[in-house]
Amino acid sequence: MNGFIAVYLREMLILKHRLKRQLAGMAVSPLLYLIAFGYAMGDSVQIEGVGYLQFLIPGLVAMSSMTQSFGIATDINVARFYWHIFEEFQAAPISNVAYVGGEVLAGMTRALLAVGVILILGLPFGVMLQYGPVFWLTVILNSFTFASLAVALAMLVKSHADQSLLTSFVITPMAFLGGTFFPLERLPVWAQKVLQALPLTHASGAIRTAALGGPPDWRGILLLAGVGAVFFAGALMTVKQARD
Amino acid sequence: MIKIEDLRKSYGKTRALSGIDLHVPAGELFAYLGPNGAGKTTTIRILTGLTRLGQGRAALNGHDIVRASLAAKRQCGLVPQQVNLDSELTVQENLDIHGRLFSMAATARRSRIHELLDYVNLLDRRDSLVKHLSGGMKRRVMLARALMHQPRILFLDEPTVGLDAQIRRRIWALIKKIQQDGATIFLTTHYIEEAEFLADRVAFLDEGRIKAVDTPAVLMKGVGQWAMDWLSDKGMHTDYFPDREAAVQPAGTAKNGFTLRRVNLEDAFLMLTGKKVAVPAGDDKRLHGGSSAHAAHTSHGGHGKGGH
Ligand SMILES: Nc1ncnc2c1ncn2[C@@H]1O[C@H](COP(=O)(O)OP(=O)(O)O)[C@@H](O)[C@H]1O
Ligand SMILES: [Mg+2]
Repeated sequence: MNGFIAVYLREMLILKHRLKRQLAGMAVSPLLYLIAFGYAMGDSVQIEGVGYLQFLIPGLVAMSSMTQSFGIATDINVARFYWHIFEEFQAAPISNVAYVGGEVLAGMTRALLAVGVILILGLPFGVMLQYGPVFWLTVILNSFTFASLAVALAMLVKSHADQSLLTSFVITPMAFLGGTFFPLERLPVWAQKVLQALPLTHASGAIRTAALGGPPDWRGILLLAGVGAVFFAGALMTVKQARD
Repeated sequence: MIKIEDLRKSYGKTRALSGIDLHVPAGELFAYLGPNGAGKTTTIRILTGLTRLGQGRAALNGHDIVRASLAAKRQCGLVPQQVNLDSELTVQENLDIHGRLFSMAATARRSRIHELLDYVNLLDRRDSLVKHLSGGMKRRVMLARALMHQPRILFLDEPTVGLDAQIRRRIWALIKKIQQDGATIFLTTHYIEEAEFLADRVAFLDEGRIKAVDTPAVLMKGVGQWAMDWLSDKGMHTDYFPDREAAVQPAGTAKNGFTLRRVNLEDAFLMLTGKKVAVPAGDDKRLHGGSSAHAAHTSHGGHGKGGH
């Protein structure tokens, strides 16, 4: 437990030192999307019976919680290959669960902060959405899933360059295609099938349903929880393998 | 107490350690001396849990490093070869996180941080970001961090590499003090003077094997008391003599000048391994009998040291 707190607290201290820059970073791309896609198109575009902004904001929440929680992979990598700080954890009498848990919770914290930023940015656009327990549950599961994936992959990659390659080939495409900016129904059936395999698709679906006041998408939520658990177990394994 | 039995480690085809046996009793300051690539860091990394052990066994204060890895880790503090502090955090935050990793209570952490920063003379920098510190200061913070949880065994991997002479002496004094406070210290170095000045016992490590283990005095005694470096057309040579009188006679015949000096650990290492400890970077060539001019000892009574 002490190890878990230490790992988490270290990330929080770093976050605190960088807070202004981090918040600005969390705000910039959602703001651009809101202005470019939402405001410019206005409510003239209706999707699934709602204005495009109402459709877009839950998508941005899903996207940001994914990219921000996955973002810890980059920090873990820099700490490991450039600053060698990972060795400080390896030499400490802490379990792998403590390490992975601390990093994952740090990723989730970042994601929740980013979601808060989006919800605040959405205010001046006058969009009314429902942010109830199911909405937050889904957001938390989504960030848990991608923070776990981040730790798992950060232990596997051999350099910082590999890490950014992963981000541009896995995370960025998923951010755009996972039901964030447009409904999957507009795509050909085969493409829908492919995109249904992405965890983010289920996250954005469930988050949107909740935000628009629909019945909870339990199937999507359970799927997300399952994938998250697998990624977390994967992270435990790769951390164990990370010694040379 | 450190006990190592037949420790082996390979990276692919590279054999880093080929069978190390060592026993370091509690309270000893033990120096592991060897040129770059000898396997010093690999040994420390295995003992502290950073690198997987290949074959063999090791125990720290009786705790097996594989079967009781967490208990073994609680015994030791580590100052790795390269600086690995959190540069975006303050000095105090770095130490505090370390204390938490070792389950120290809040009050204990607070008083220990104060005590240690005083010890390493950095109390006024406790709220500075690590990235704003000089190299020597960072080294001292690393030392303080490693001591946070009062380890009974301290591993120092080349603790003074790249530091100037004055700061090096200061860190030596600190290391002595830490030993006097009761810790067992395992130090690696490729600086002869460091081992000579600090160590109770020295191991000569070369190509993953231990060539000799003993006190510096005994290791040097095997060579003789006096050394004469002299230049011929073929380069620099060194001859050894049991006493000064024996050395003076042949000295008269050296036509290109000579230096007479006390024997040091470098001579002992050279004798046993056929190479110098401090080989200039990128220059691995073995030195037979004599030594090449640029790595020669030139000062009277001084301790020779090659390139950096
Ligand atoms: N992670 C690694 N992968 C491959 N080879 C390594 C690794 N670490 C060390 N080695 C090799 O093992 C040998 C011993 O290295 P090391 O223990 O760092 O020596 P020293 O600390 O005495 O300079 C060297 O040949 C080095 O190249
Ligand atoms: Mg080394």
